[in-house]
Amino acid sequence: MTFELLCFYFFGTVAVVAALSVISVKNSVVAALCLVLTFFSMACVWLLAQAEFLGVALALVYVGAVMVLFLFVVMMLDVDFAPLREGFVRFLPVGVLVAVVMLVEMLMMIGVRTLQTPPSEDPAMLAGMSNLEWLGYTLFRDFILPFEIAALILTVGLIAAVTLNERKRSHTKLQNPSRQVMVKREDRVRLVKMAAEKKGEAAP
Amino acid sequence: MTIQFNPADLLAILPELVLLGATCAILLIDLFLKPSQRDITHWLSIAAIAVTSFLVWRGAPEVAQGVSAFNGMFKHDGISVVLKQFVLLTTGLSLFYARNYMRERSLLFGEFYLLILFATIGMMLLVSAGSLVTAYLGLELLALSSYALVALNRQSAISAEAAIKYFVLGALASGLLLYGMSMIYGTTGTLDLAAISAQVNQVEHRGWLAIGLVFIVSGVAFKLGAAPFHMWLPDVYHGAPTAIAVFIGSAAKVAAFGLLYRLLEGGLGPMSEHWTPMLALLSVLSLAVGNLFAIAQSNLKRMLAYSTISHIGFMLLGFVGGSPAGYSAAMFYIISYTMTATVAFGIIALLARAGFECEEIDDFKGLNQRSPWYAAIMGISMFSLAGVPPLFGFFAKLLVLKSAIDAGFLWLAIVAIIFAIIGIYYYLRVVKVMYFDAAADDAAVPLPADLPLRWVISLNGLALVVLGLAWGPLFDWCNRAFGV
Repeated sequence: MTFELLCFYFFGTVAVVAALSVISVKNSVVAALCLVLTFFSMACVWLLAQAEFLGVALALVYVGAVMVLFLFVVMMLDVDFAPLREGFVRFLPVGVLVAVVMLVEMLMMIGVRTLQTPPSEDPAMLAGMSNLEWLGYTLFRDFILPFEIAALILTVGLIAAVTLNERKRSHTKLQNPSRQVMVKREDRVRLVKMAAEKKGEAAP
Repeated sequence: MTIQFNPADLLAILPELVLLGATCAILLIDLFLKPSQRDITHWLSIAAIAVTSFLVWRGAPEVAQGVSAFNGMFKHDGISVVLKQFVLLTTGLSLFYARNYMRERSLLFGEFYLLILFATIGMMLLVSAGSLVTAYLGLELLALSSYALVALNRQSAISAEAAIKYFVLGALASGLLLYGMSMIYGTTGTLDLAAISAQVNQVEHRGWLAIGLVFIVSGVAFKLGAAPFHMWLPDVYHGAPTAIAVFIGSAAKVAAFGLLYRLLEGGLGPMSEHWTPMLALLSVLSLAVGNLFAIAQSNLKRMLAYSTISHIGFMLLGFVGGSPAGYSAAMFYIISYTMTATVAFGIIALLARAGFECEEIDDFKGLNQRSPWYAAIMGISMFSLAGVPPLFGFFAKLLVLKSAIDAGFLWLAIVAIIFAIIGIYYYLRVVKVMYFDAAADDAAVPLPADLPLRWVISLNGLALVVLGLAWGPLFDWCNRAFGV
């Protein structure tokens, strides 16, 4: 068994276990951290398969940006701040564990890259191009039509989101502070002039 | 290496490009319009659809033998010409039927037109898909627009419920479809449907291919609304604003036929001995569930939803033979169904007023005394759905039954006839309510001032009679598309 195969099994096992815990743990912060670990392990698997660009994109975009945003959202959902702060100590072991596993994976990855020989039948290698260059050419030459349809889908997503959220709802009661400040006495108070009435006056 | 670009590719996809350009122009123009000027958006959208339809018709002779563009991603042939024309026609009809209904409920946003136009582009790409990727992306473009359209009425809880159900089940169906596609890509190593078709028989891992096939059939059955994957359909038809139910119930069904044909015959044609029994099972279940459950409905939109399920069962009869003649009959059937269903839904939209949906069957009581003309049109539509000669629906049923018998599925044809006879009951109930029951009030139906709506729905209703008497040219057109 080569070191490379060993690495693959390790990354694969971590990815599967982490993915299972995403849907099985009760705590949503732990679940989000496990999802980070799943993405990271999958990025390592892709790197092993010599798909550098996809691996790096997954780590940068999903782990770096999307999941951090996700973690913020999950943490913000609980507006009560006192439990959130005491949660820091409670989640620290989970965070440390995730960080340690990710570090081990990174170190193994560096070890593999030095040993690995490039596969001979890789189309990118045959064309004398880097992986990224090859991907770009494929995307904009062979897959230009699907690429453009995907852009249309994103446009529809935008239009749909605006359509469903921009309507004024009839039952919302919004305050307008500037109008509240600008209010004058005449807008609110009406003086009515009435004839004084006398008690016991007989009708004429 | 340079990126080579073939200008002929753009010519093949010209109708889609023109429609997309028009949609983007409408998107910008609509921003500058006041709500009272929404008619401009309406007529611009209809003009865009008409121009696109003209371009598809103009390009038809060149593509009769089939044109492939963008490395086989986009396939334009006789079949896609017919399907695109009917997608555009039914979309145009639903725009006519929608305007008055949406305006009375103050739902006539510019986005309504945009979403419908984007969905139409998705359907056109879907029916010309030459690769698994384009098929999936076209489907998603259609589906995402449809989810938003169903949810357009924010005030209505029932619309929101329908939209959530549609979204969750639609996402599940897309997931099934994608999973099946990944299996097929994994075993054949290509995404191109023609290449898959050429390689299917040489594949060594047949088991994985079969699993992929099952997932694809389930995913497409979800989108078609064939039993046992029909659960979303009645709720969505009931919950969606009627004007949007017209669109989802007509144009989207034509596109779903295209998806079924492209994936099963186009990609997995050599495996037809595996998928025809699955489709036969779907067909029997759809016929039974659709017709039996429709009897119990008191809401006309729900009844029409169950009737859709039974019609999908009928349409699948054309597929069980796995022969071009059968596909041609199935295409004729789906065209006949959509032309008829637009009339039925259109009448519901026409009779509805602000604060009154006119969707219960009891709301049609005594319609003949109050508005004889629209009662007659609705009657024609019901008779055509039931398959009464000499209307359009009768010949469609006849042709799919004939193709099923030719393919050796006599038992299936007998089952279909039995359920069609059961189905006549609930269609005739609507006719009976209109003609023989007394209305709650004798006041004449206040018809909308929208003259184009009244004219178009009348023409659509009369077309059912005309096409029933002269169905030959349309059937010839379908046959030519499949090279029969």
